[in-house]
Amino acid sequence: MTESNYRIRGATGDWEVVIGLEVHAQVTSNAKLFSGAATAFGAEPNTQVALVDAAMPGMLPTPNRECIRQAVRTGMAIDAVINKWSRFDRKNYFYADLPQGYQISQLYHPLVGEGVVEIVLDEKDPNSVRKAIGVERIHVEQDAGKLMHDQHPTRSYVDLNRSGVALMEIVSRPDMRSPAEAGAYLSKLRTILRYVGSCDGNMDQGSMRADVNVSVRRPGEELGTRTETKNVNSVRFVMAAIEYEANRQVAVLEDGGRIVQETRLFDPDKGVTRSMRSKEDAHDYRYFPDPDLLPLELDDAFLEECRASLPELPDAKRQRYEGELGLSAYNAAVLTAEVETARWFEALLAECGSDVPAKSAANWLISDLYGALNRLGKNVVDSPVSPAQGAELLKLVADGTLSGTLSKQVFEIMLETGQGANAIVEERGLKQTSDTGAIEAVIAEVMEKNADKVADYRGGKDKLFGFFVGQTMKAMGGKANPGVVNDLLKKALG
Amino acid sequence: MSNLTDLGVAAIRDGVRGGDFSACDVADAFIDAVAAAKPLNAFLVETPDHARAAAKVADEARAAGETLKPLAGVPIGMKDLFCTQGVETTAASGILKGFVPQYESTVSGNLWNAGAGMLGKLNLDQFAMGSSNETSAFGNVISPWRRPGDTAPMAPGGSSGGSSAAIAARLCPAATGTDTGGSIRQPAAFVGITGIKPTYGRCSRYGVVAFASSLDQAGPMARDVRDCAIMLEAMAGFDPKDSTSLDLPVPAWEAGLNADLRGKRVGIPKEYRVDGMPAEIEALWQQGIDWLKDAGAEIVEVSLPHTKYALPAYYIIAPAEASTNLARYDGVRFGQRVLPEGAGLQDMYAATRAAGFGDEVKRRIMIGTYVLSAGFYDAYYTQAQKVRTLIARDFEAAFEQCDVLLTPTAPSAAFALGEKSADPIAMYLNDVFTVPSSLAGLPAMSVPGGVDKDGLPLGLQIIGKPLDEQGVLNAGLAIEQRAGFVARADKWW
Amino acid sequence: MSVEPATVKRVAGLARIAITDAEAEKLAPELGNILGWIEQLGEVDTHGVEPMTAVIPNHLRLRDDVVTDGDVRDRVLANAPQGEHGFFTVPKVIE
Ligand SMILES: [Mg+2]
Ligand SMILES: [Zn+2]
Repeated sequence: MTESNYRIRGATGDWEVVIGLEVHAQVTSNAKLFSGAATAFGAEPNTQVALVDAAMPGMLPTPNRECIRQAVRTGMAIDAVINKWSRFDRKNYFYADLPQGYQISQLYHPLVGEGVVEIVLDEKDPNSVRKAIGVERIHVEQDAGKLMHDQHPTRSYVDLNRSGVALMEIVSRPDMRSPAEAGAYLSKLRTILRYVGSCDGNMDQGSMRADVNVSVRRPGEELGTRTETKNVNSVRFVMAAIEYEANRQVAVLEDGGRIVQETRLFDPDKGVTRSMRSKEDAHDYRYFPDPDLLPLELDDAFLEECRASLPELPDAKRQRYEGELGLSAYNAAVLTAEVETARWFEALLAECGSDVPAKSAANWLISDLYGALNRLGKNVVDSPVSPAQGAELLKLVADGTLSGTLSKQVFEIMLETGQGANAIVEERGLKQTSDTGAIEAVIAEVMEKNADKVADYRGGKDKLFGFFVGQTMKAMGGKANPGVVNDLLKKALG
Repeated sequence: MSNLTDLGVAAIRDGVRGGDFSACDVADAFIDAVAAAKPLNAFLVETPDHARAAAKVADEARAAGETLKPLAGVPIGMKDLFCTQGVETTAASGILKGFVPQYESTVSGNLWNAGAGMLGKLNLDQFAMGSSNETSAFGNVISPWRRPGDTAPMAPGGSSGGSSAAIAARLCPAATGTDTGGSIRQPAAFVGITGIKPTYGRCSRYGVVAFASSLDQAGPMARDVRDCAIMLEAMAGFDPKDSTSLDLPVPAWEAGLNADLRGKRVGIPKEYRVDGMPAEIEALWQQGIDWLKDAGAEIVEVSLPHTKYALPAYYIIAPAEASTNLARYDGVRFGQRVLPEGAGLQDMYAATRAAGFGDEVKRRIMIGTYVLSAGFYDAYYTQAQKVRTLIARDFEAAFEQCDVLLTPTAPSAAFALGEKSADPIAMYLNDVFTVPSSLAGLPAMSVPGGVDKDGLPLGLQIIGKPLDEQGVLNAGLAIEQRAGFVARADKWW
Repeated sequence: MSVEPATVKRVAGLARIAITDAEAEKLAPELGNILGWIEQLGEVDTHGVEPMTAVIPNHLRLRDDVVTDGDVRDRVLANAPQGEHGFFTVPKVIE
């Protein structure tokens, strides 16, 4: 593990920040963890609630295989120990968003044990620091319902649509030492979950949220008392919350104060954390094994299926792009950061076959396609151009039919009209020419019109070469093969 | 037919099938009996329409020449711990007053599918916590039995006391019960009827108001062994909605009844000979041994060394589970809400639960909360679950030497209401013989064996191996045939 | 075993059961008796004994990931002591 040199400079010296994250990730599933109600986001209040989710008397939980499977696959994706024997515990507390009066969770025997997530502070820099962040465990548990406090002057409204939706709680080791590391960890985790398909990673919909544990200490000393800032729902906010909280703790300590172990809330508008009203018994959850459920025992066939269904993961993919495809570290990082981009890129490669070098395809995707998508405010999944259409264009470049300039022109027309590259080239006669006779004739014409510049060039003004290229290309309507133009111009100018 | 209410399940079923009487006549006879028995306070809700409708279906099916369902024409009582769609279900607690389930428990649904009709919802100890039916929020159930020359109201046992009293008073031929630590067997013994708690997992817990999930098990109560077998066949069965339900076919227990015990060994656990056991219980137990010998069984003494610890282990595990099972009664989604002026959410919870739960329920929630709380969990709960493992092992070892065990059901005959309610531990000791088999999830039944000096019924308990309800029923039948128990309470209500 | 009324109040608080001082005074010896009685379990040597997990050998079944339930708001809300606009309502909570 590499040491981070992030420090908070206090009046009395430097402070090191110690960070651990508990990430709650909603498992992608059709139905809830223990009931057959739907999990879709944004439904009318209490319409996705089974009698089990409302904790009606005599209702019993029945576990959803897919939720277990996705948590296991997630564990495998971070090289974690999968516990073939685990069980569910009840975490008891009273709150209006918790109908049973307990959350079914896993304390004593979680489904997934120790794993690791490797982070790179700057994904695009091949020399950037790499660091392994330990994951202590992943357990499966129920989400709570939702309370709304602003609908009525004296009442809070209770919507149980989320009640019982499956969550994975991914608990990191306190291995992070800076807001940037925490941000990189959360982003990387999100990437992995999205590759695995176990969570959609939509942080704005609450599909992923982090409890942020922060403490500060003098470098190398014992851990300080930590605070837990609950339910922070973006990478940026996590980093901001850490920044604020670490500075607040340093200020308290330097004032001779003590840090109180407590739960806090992050206010994204003000960028500050504040103490939640603490309940005196908040930490007596009286965990014990849920007697409505038997131990969860997984067999080898189940685990094998989980493993076999794992996709190539981002780190492996990035390495392959660099090694096998010869892409730059930057391009490999960009193409693998989002699973949709990687998927699009691989579909493009498949369509290109051996006709187009992977490097060219990567460059085109990152500069041309991304440029266009940015302009249109679109994502790669709703790109107006399909991988097959992209490949059609790239093949025309590879076989010399289109020059770089022409290909950009054709691409623009593709975006506007939705037509294929071949059709556009045919209809508009945009083929590039390598016909040396035609090019030589144009060159002769250009030289004749610019006799003074020819003399200057021959007199040593080398820079004028570009001028002749430009003039020749212009006269050819942009359709001349630039390589051929270069060669012939050099010959003619002597 | 003059006294249709004297008939049991099999007799009603066969009579309706044979056309000896109509199902509607049977239903009406029981409906009238229920209506006339208010002093017993056995029913919390009467549902004559439900019973009549089922009877009508049975009569029409017979008229149409259809094959009748297993319980066609049989009206029964439903312990008010089973949620019944559209019919108020309170578990005899004030906190659920007015609660009308929008769903049907699997067991009650199974019974309706088998053709049974419902006479009403039966009173019980609140949330099934009690052994005398004195903890109901809706008044005590009064046993039909009385001591000679004494009108003091007697306990029908508990928690299925409404069920036991109703059957003993001929208000229904059979009823459902639930048994967590003896709540079917002890009340059956107190009123001279038969009740069986099957193997844990045989009957679905779906829709049964939970007391202690790892112990709760539904079972039938009826006048004899055959009727219990018929009822249990209808109630039991795999239910995917209960994760602890056993995915096994339901045996044909009635067809398998056989009182010939030759080749069977009956174990007598020596640790059940507790100090201060009344001589009458001792004598009854010996009588039971003789009856089973007479039926051809070999008697062997066995040892269940951890018996003495079963009751304290139970009084950790059951309250612990109850304390969290009952957390959902908070006045938010159903049941009663108490909202003092200016109260916040947490105050509302505390006020609602203080007003809605009875004393015994609160006591158990408090004990359960205490034993699970920080610092005590391992010493109490984990230790109790370890002792439970040892108790289960004791039974396993014993069953290597025998097929069933014979013990008394309860340490005494029924007592008068109020006699034990001041001392919780004295009350808990009622379940000393029934709790160990509950902890091990074993099938066990109580059959009437005789009466004490006051003429009050006494029961014998048969405990079987896991899934061997048949062995239990058969031994019960052998006792029943020899005991010739015909005593019944004189009608005073 | 002796249980203090303060302990009774703490436990009642955890269990969300409102309790008066007088009730706590009365309950303290009662709970003390019961807890004292169950403490005899400490006598049992349970070294190397696993706590019971399943009463009868059985496996946890896993359900298929299919929407089979929900969309029953009327039934969910039918017994609510208070509610409006499709929500349950509770006294306003300040977080
Ligand atoms: Mg947390
Ligand atoms: Zn959690």
